[in-house]
Amino acid sequence: MRLRLSEIDRPLTAVVLALAVYGLATLYSAGQTDVPTFVATIWQKQLIWLGVGAAAVVLMFRTSPRLLEWATPSAYGIGVVVLLLTLAAGTGAGTAASERSWIAIGGVRLGQPAELAKLAVVLMLARWLAERREAPATLRDLLPPCLIAGLPTLLVAKQPDLGSAIVFITILFAMLYWAGTKPSLLLLLGSPVIGLVLAFSTVAWGAWIIVLFALLLWWRPYVWEGLAVMLANVIMGVVAVPFWRRLAPYQQNRLLAFLNPEVDPRATGWHVIQSKIAIGSGGFLGQGFMHGPQKRLAFLPAQHTDFIFPVVGEELGFVGVVVALALLIALVLILLRIARRATDPYSSLCVFGIAGMLFTHIIENVGMTVNLLPITGIPLPFFSYGGSFLLACSVGVGISLRVAWESRQSGYAEL
Amino acid sequence: MSAFHPHLLQRRLRLSRTVVLGAGAALVLVFFRTQILDHSKYQLQSETNRLRPIPLPAPRGIITDRNGKILAENLTGYTVSLLPAADEDSLRATLRRIASIVRLDSLAIERLLIKYRRTPYLPVTVLPSATFEVVSALEERRLIFPGLLIQPEPRRHYPDSSLVAHLVGYVGEITETERAQRRFASVRLGGLLGKGGLERQYDDSLRGADGVRFVEVSALGHVVREGGAASRLPPVPGRAVHTTIDLELQRYIAQIFPAGQRGAVLALNPNTGEILALYSAPGFDPNAFVGGVDPDYWRRLNVSEAHPLFDRTIQARYPPGSTWKLALAAMALRHGVVTLRSRMPIPCRGGLQYGNRFFRCWSAQGHGDLVLADAIAQSCDVYFYQLGLKLGLTSLLEDATGLGFHSRTGIDLPGEITSEFPGGTDYYDRAYGPRRWTSAVTLNLAIGQGENAQTLVNMVRFYQMLASDGRARPPYLVHPAGGSTVSLGLAPDQLAGLRQAMISVVERGTARGAGRFGGSVAIAGKTGTAQNPHGPAHGWFIGFAPAEKPEIVVGAIVEFAREGPYVAPLVTRVIGHYLGVDTTLASKIRIVLPTDTAPHAMQILPGIPGEDSTIVPPILPPSLPPDSGNAPPPQ
Repeated sequence: MRLRLSEIDRPLTAVVLALAVYGLATLYSAGQTDVPTFVATIWQKQLIWLGVGAAAVVLMFRTSPRLLEWATPSAYGIGVVVLLLTLAAGTGAGTAASERSWIAIGGVRLGQPAELAKLAVVLMLARWLAERREAPATLRDLLPPCLIAGLPTLLVAKQPDLGSAIVFITILFAMLYWAGTKPSLLLLLGSPVIGLVLAFSTVAWGAWIIVLFALLLWWRPYVWEGLAVMLANVIMGVVAVPFWRRLAPYQQNRLLAFLNPEVDPRATGWHVIQSKIAIGSGGFLGQGFMHGPQKRLAFLPAQHTDFIFPVVGEELGFVGVVVALALLIALVLILLRIARRATDPYSSLCVFGIAGMLFTHIIENVGMTVNLLPITGIPLPFFSYGGSFLLACSVGVGISLRVAWESRQSGYAEL
Repeated sequence: MSAFHPHLLQRRLRLSRTVVLGAGAALVLVFFRTQILDHSKYQLQSETNRLRPIPLPAPRGIITDRNGKILAENLTGYTVSLLPAADEDSLRATLRRIASIVRLDSLAIERLLIKYRRTPYLPVTVLPSATFEVVSALEERRLIFPGLLIQPEPRRHYPDSSLVAHLVGYVGEITETERAQRRFASVRLGGLLGKGGLERQYDDSLRGADGVRFVEVSALGHVVREGGAASRLPPVPGRAVHTTIDLELQRYIAQIFPAGQRGAVLALNPNTGEILALYSAPGFDPNAFVGGVDPDYWRRLNVSEAHPLFDRTIQARYPPGSTWKLALAAMALRHGVVTLRSRMPIPCRGGLQYGNRFFRCWSAQGHGDLVLADAIAQSCDVYFYQLGLKLGLTSLLEDATGLGFHSRTGIDLPGEITSEFPGGTDYYDRAYGPRRWTSAVTLNLAIGQGENAQTLVNMVRFYQMLASDGRARPPYLVHPAGGSTVSLGLAPDQLAGLRQAMISVVERGTARGAGRFGGSVAIAGKTGTAQNPHGPAHGWFIGFAPAEKPEIVVGAIVEFAREGPYVAPLVTRVIGHYLGVDTTLASKIRIVLPTDTAPHAMQILPGIPGEDSTIVPPILPPSLPPDSGNAPPPQ
């Protein structure tokens, strides 16, 4: 078997290359402030990481999906162990200074294992769901995948890294859906979360319980399952307030500031206000590459990681934003197409999971900069500075390229 | 039917695509609203950005001694600053007007304007520490100074001033270069930072986190109103740092240190490595640095012959002289080449013929035939020349490196320099060329001369090993450095023997008369004299007590003291004071001792390659005379 350069998936390659260049240019610009900080030279490090990422793409492209499937349980096991280690001996750093999300050996920070654990969860879920062949039909069937995704979710939530925990949950739901789980079943599975959110208003929560009861009567799941769902919702309603009190103050502030950024214009609302001012002042064509005054005057917080997208908005305007979003959305759509054409369920689920992961990151990161979503601090693929996540993205791209190549080899034709 | 049938997948793909495209479209719509429809609103906000942050400086943590006495504290002061107005010209005009009250020359105004250009959104600090008179004068004319801002601000104060200067260091405004470092990335421009000593070392915990309050300003720069109760982030005070220093002992040392002399004293607890006193003379006034140092004072400190800014405990290297003999004795004992009762083949007759050269002993009439213990007490050079040869150059270099004579102690103070010692024989190959040197270098090394220059702290650390069970406990002020595995590797009886020999130094050897406090406490110690090409020799003394179970090790070096025995009473009085023994007797004793001057080092090799190969002049004051050891001027 020979892998020829002309046989790789061209749209995927082109979009990824464009994103890498666009992201690096933005990161370079993010460092150009009036008062120089260490961010000024961070693009050089990112360049090195891009090199590492390219190597990872090549390596994963040469890895057969069968080998990957075989190695999946070990990868998952290593991922969980490293997350445990992080919890025990992790350090805070950079924009996540208060979280213990870094793993360091001898004082050298190696990376944020949560980013790579996301991939491990995708692979493990793919393996479990692919082996079954049948779509999960009952809540009981959903228990193993929930455990697979739930363990790392708990571990990262404990760091505490709420953003990554949300990504794990989204990956779980996306992949269950791709494996053929009925939407009604997914709604039942997700209903406790809805119950949790609505519990802050007694009326809304009461209405939700009635709706849920009606839905259960209509869908007629097993009796004990229906009881479990109702029970979970009631429990959520009861524990919501104590749970809220247990959140770290900065997490509470982020959620509150999301609801009303003006409530606290200095600490958490400050991020959103400054981000929106930067984006809004960009206008149609922007202030010019490297010339955004909000960024230059250091009004933008974490302009090289979580809030890098406002740099695009401020300097390149609406046009730059649309181009960036188009590229990012195109990336997800291409991955969906590859997942659809994959030769076997495992490959298909892997690629779909990767697409789900990237999609969550994109929507959450971009959404928070315009106050569409609460601030969680998860990076934007190919834009935010950060080695671990860039590596995770590269591995994902490598796997997808291989899957695309396999289906091309097997002579896939459109239906 | 498999859940992955193409038809089913196609259906799911369609829904997934819809979701992805829908989310993308929603984002584009939101950006359209923000960037196109609301553009003018945000454009205005960006241009004026009316909310001005005003930093609320965090009080630095206090620094205390081991008993809670204050080494560094905060007093209340006032800062006068101006909120930047619309443009530079109006700020310049305001500064001109204010200049009559706060005494600013045109140069200072230009400096402030440069700062303003760097951070146009932050208030410009006009006067970092204003007196109450100036503050009230400004308050009366508040209306004609738009953007005037007077805030109380903690002001650093060191009650003991120059006495603890090298130990605590001082604080100053952050510089551009420091701001580029990751460690200080969170310090705002104009924020204060530890610049030396403990203030620097523990800056991260002492500093705390500045708070911020927001005020809304008019286009002219007048403060319109506070940003409301919510717009205030209180500063987080720095954490206190508790040191191991005994301030009372430190004061006593400063009091008895010979006035006008240069040198250093270091005291530590041999069983833990806790530093009890760290004194370097001459000192400087760290309070003069708070709020910007007076340029005249700064210049005087820098041009002074005595280099007061320079910490002689950790930043100066001196040839260890005879204090080194204990190190050689310990290495020889460990290798088993001698015992404490061993004699050398050639008795001391005032010198030793080696090859075609005559190496002198400091005592011209000679010490006769001695055992090791007596040789230590008498500091007999001839004995140690032979001991060095017996141990051999390779073992000597290897052991010395293993014992840390080639490295730093890791004391938790910034700027410690590395002690100089050849790492191996290849050092000589590099310096002189292979086989262009002879093992005669061993003779110089054996008596603490030659290519050997130690910091006071490193020598004291070695004596700490002698004073305890032989294991090294790295010296520290707040937190001990990581576990050290360095050990003398001597049996308890060998250690006891060495200590006994050191007691003899004080009781009847080269430092006799220095340590008699009614015989209640036995002090062990060793004198040393370091040849100095720039003038009279430097004197060393390192001692510990009580000799049976040491509680304190004290090392002192006095520059140009001529000889070690002159330093001994200083150290013994410190020890006596610490142990609560009456020291009046010792202070009255006029020390008249046989000199312990080591002979001038033999010029063994033709033209020693430049002094820079071994001894690097200290970093801070560039013009300090390097204590370049024994290297005599080339002929």
